[in-house]
Amino acid sequence: MNNMLLKRSLPWLCTIGMFALWQLLCVGLRIDSFILPAPTEVWSSFMAHTGLILSNALQTLFTTVAGFALGVGVGLLLGLLIGASPSVYDAIYPVMIGFNSIPKVAIVPVLVIWFGIGTVPAIITAFATATFPIVVNVATGLATIEPEWQDVLRVLGANKRQILTKIGIPRSMPYFFASLKVAITLAFIGSVVAETVAANSGIGYLMMTASGRFDVPLVFAALVVVGIMGVAMYEAFALIERRMTFWATRRREAVA
Amino acid sequence: MQNTAKIVPITPDAQHQALIEIDDVTLSYGGAYGVLALQNATLNIRAGEFVAVVGPSGCGKSSLLKLVSGLHPPLSGSVKVDGKPVKGPLKICGMAFQNPMLLPWRTALSNVLLPLEIVGTRKDRGRAKWADHVARARQLLETVGLKGFEDKYPWELSGGMQQRASLCRALIHSPELLLLDEPFGALDLFTREELWDVLQALWIDQRPTVILVTHDLREAIFLADTVYVISPRPGRVTYQAAIDLPRPRTLQDTYTADFTELSHKLREQIAVGVHK
Repeated sequence: MNNMLLKRSLPWLCTIGMFALWQLLCVGLRIDSFILPAPTEVWSSFMAHTGLILSNALQTLFTTVAGFALGVGVGLLLGLLIGASPSVYDAIYPVMIGFNSIPKVAIVPVLVIWFGIGTVPAIITAFATATFPIVVNVATGLATIEPEWQDVLRVLGANKRQILTKIGIPRSMPYFFASLKVAITLAFIGSVVAETVAANSGIGYLMMTASGRFDVPLVFAALVVVGIMGVAMYEAFALIERRMTFWATRRREAVA
Repeated sequence: MQNTAKIVPITPDAQHQALIEIDDVTLSYGGAYGVLALQNATLNIRAGEFVAVVGPSGCGKSSLLKLVSGLHPPLSGSVKVDGKPVKGPLKICGMAFQNPMLLPWRTALSNVLLPLEIVGTRKDRGRAKWADHVARARQLLETVGLKGFEDKYPWELSGGMQQRASLCRALIHSPELLLLDEPFGALDLFTREELWDVLQALWIDQRPTVILVTHDLREAIFLADTVYVISPRPGRVTYQAAIDLPRPRTLQDTYTADFTELSHKLREQIAVGVHK
């Protein structure tokens, strides 16, 4: 009972502790708010610019979710293709790793040349960062299927498509949902990065303009909002994961 | 004396009306220079016969099942089922393994129904027939003692229960040929003996042709009409024994003098193979 309560409250205590430490450092060492604003200053800045911050956060949320949705579609499809066929795996994998190795900041200027400053480069950057972990996870889930499971269906005369739909896809779902948690936070990073370089709205854009005016408390207010949105989205997808693939985690609990 | 069993050396004369004819088959993994699993194996299995294949571990027993089911082609020789050469996976098989291999995202009932989603025509798989299938699956689960566990997931079942469900899955589509690869090997003795009864009852009821691979001689004699002995790798069929014990056999029978004598004789055959 007590243990449960402690477990529940631990994340909150840790977060509050972090802010308390931050406040203590700023006040104790008399750090200038121009260098590092104390949480109280960040909070008052947030209250002063609530409308501005929230409207930009909403824009970022939109680009992130749009890019992420694209990433899920493409990632799932590519992952299934790569996982189901060794030759497609061999063909695509090097190119994919190459693409993933390119820092996404580097492609934003190119995207601006192609699509102009605005929402599109942010969506594409979010998409580009989110896709890779989904592809890798789905492909891994498919490629690591126990051969006996396939034999169960093969002796019935099942074709490849049937083995894929009856075993391959359900089996790779835990991998897929696990990757979504990572992908949504990566998409978020992608869109914020793109906004700092080439946008006229969004939380990244807000941070850039605020730091240009040396309004450091506003920069930090925006940063905290980014962090909170990231945690919220991660938790949302963790919840979806538990709902959709309870059999995978339950099994682990049963064994443990 | 009906309770006498004969130990008969392999004779080349093929039985007529054999469902499965394995003729001088050699099988290897990894091509002609790979590991030789079976060498010049010849055996014929009648329709409806219960065959047990015994031998030391790693002697190619499981390879025999892969061969018959069409999962693995022979290097040389021929495998015929129902008079036709086996070219790819057959559609008349049900298979169960040492590991139950239930799909963890499906309930016991849904696992048992899986083969019916694959075999048969589109119409057989349609909504109209599905209610019948479900009723049949429930009934089958009841016969193996899983009533009340239909909606449980595999991790909620014990090892023995999972193996019962796995047997149901192998039998739901009334396969002509049931292939069992040490299905009770991972279970404790009591559960194993209980499942022998279950399997015997199911066999008497449905009369599929069964090939049971096992390293348990008691299990082989209790269940089979014919026991084949395979020598160590590369596996060769060295002996066959007809088991004439009346059916249904009970666990009591396994403690009779006849039964013990049979298992001694078979054990000697396996020993001969080892020292060769």
